[in-house]
Amino acid sequence: MSQLGIVYALLGAALAVFLAGAGSAIGVGIAGQAASGVVSEDPSKFAKVLVIQLLPGTQGIYGLLVGFVTLSKIGLLGGGLLDLTPQQGLLVLAACLPVGIVGLISGKSQGQTAAAAIGIVAKKPEQFGKAMLFPAMVETYAILSLLISIIAVTNIRF
Amino acid sequence: MSNAKYTYAVARIRALETKLFNQAVIDQLIGCATEEECIQVLEEKGWGDQETSGDPEAMLTREEEKTWETIREMGVDMSVFDVLSYPNLFHNLKAAIKEACTPEGSRPVNIYYEDTTIPPQEMLEIIQNKEFSRLPENMADAAREAYEALLHTRDGQLCDVIIDRAALDAIYQAGLKAKDKIIKDYAESIVAVADIRIAVRSQKTGKTVDFMKRAMAECESLNVDQLARAAAGGMDAVTEYLAGTAYAQGGQAIAESPSAFERWCDNRLMQDMQPQKYEVFSVGPLVAYVLARLNEIKTVRIILSGKQNGFSDDSIRERVRDMYV
Repeated sequence: MSQLGIVYALLGAALAVFLAGAGSAIGVGIAGQAASGVVSEDPSKFAKVLVIQLLPGTQGIYGLLVGFVTLSKIGLLGGGLLDLTPQQGLLVLAACLPVGIVGLISGKSQGQTAAAAIGIVAKKPEQFGKAMLFPAMVETYAILSLLISIIAVTNIRF
Repeated sequence: MSNAKYTYAVARIRALETKLFNQAVIDQLIGCATEEECIQVLEEKGWGDQETSGDPEAMLTREEEKTWETIREMGVDMSVFDVLSYPNLFHNLKAAIKEACTPEGSRPVNIYYEDTTIPPQEMLEIIQNKEFSRLPENMADAAREAYEALLHTRDGQLCDVIIDRAALDAIYQAGLKAKDKIIKDYAESIVAVADIRIAVRSQKTGKTVDFMKRAMAECESLNVDQLARAAAGGMDAVTEYLAGTAYAQGGQAIAESPSAFERWCDNRLMQDMQPQKYEVFSVGPLVAYVLARLNEIKTVRIILSGKQNGFSDDSIRERVRDMYV
């Protein structure tokens, strides 16, 4: 029995988790540097900058979610691993790519926007609500990619 | 271009910018009845420390030190800021040459800036021992030329012109070599404004075109030859020449008053720094913050000096610089 199909499918799940998680790690890291800069001068802004710092963390969660759905779909979590053809495996891999690639790019971009938003909070803490909106806009595209990946993975027929 | 290595520092600067003096604080200081009252307001705002209490000059020096300490704490590449220290470094060179050429009994005291890349004592030793090769490349030739000129002609102004020109050339060259746009803009602005200042002062003191061209440094936004010729033709010609450049407001300031012109020279730099308020990932906001702090300290010095000498509030207000925030 060829294992290539299942290898492709697992690679898809891994890429979803790895790329989206890396995007979040980069984004949260960038925002974290900015947050540290502000808190080192004004510790009273800790709570506000922490909330903004965490915004790029969602891509990693989306990647994890798609990873779980994929593992469940191919039967790895239930114990009944499916016998996939290479073509079926590639279908799963392709379905996982949107959340992985968009997660990586949007995570980094959201981190940069969050760092800029933290600058707003540093100077005008009363504008916290507006500052939150700018990085939140980037989230839209991570959610769209999550949606497509979930729809694709769950609707592949084996 | 995004440069994430400055993310921490820029965010910290944003928090620090809230502590910079705005126009309301400057008005409050001008409104103080005496110098002592000004100092009290400044101390309440955290200026100086326990050791500088009641001593305005020590307080201002301490504030400048604090600014550099803050930037150093951020762990950024300090070589970016070298160009900002060139005026002080070349001032120390000038002071060392004059001290070395002055008989021991009549030497001036406290004429050096501390905290420069070459400490004042080392600078003096270099000049006294004529070890000009120990100086950086952009200083060595000018130092030798100025030293010999002062020794042979006793012409202090000629010495000043040689060193000041070398300082402007060094700043401009540093700007050309810099990777960061803000350093390029800073160098261009500093050199152009210095050239205009030379033109205005030379016109008032009736200097020749050759003298002006020797003192002025080349830059992109001004034609030194045309500026010098305009200055030789009169102040109206300078204003007319500037009207066709990016420094038209300088011409208007010249027409207004000498103090308005001096104020414009500093305000121009602060205007150039305004876009840095919206930068997030470059060294720009750090440079702008340092310049803003130096401008703030200079403005406070003007106010304190005005109060000390009994100037009217209006007279002081005419001289105070625009704030960065």
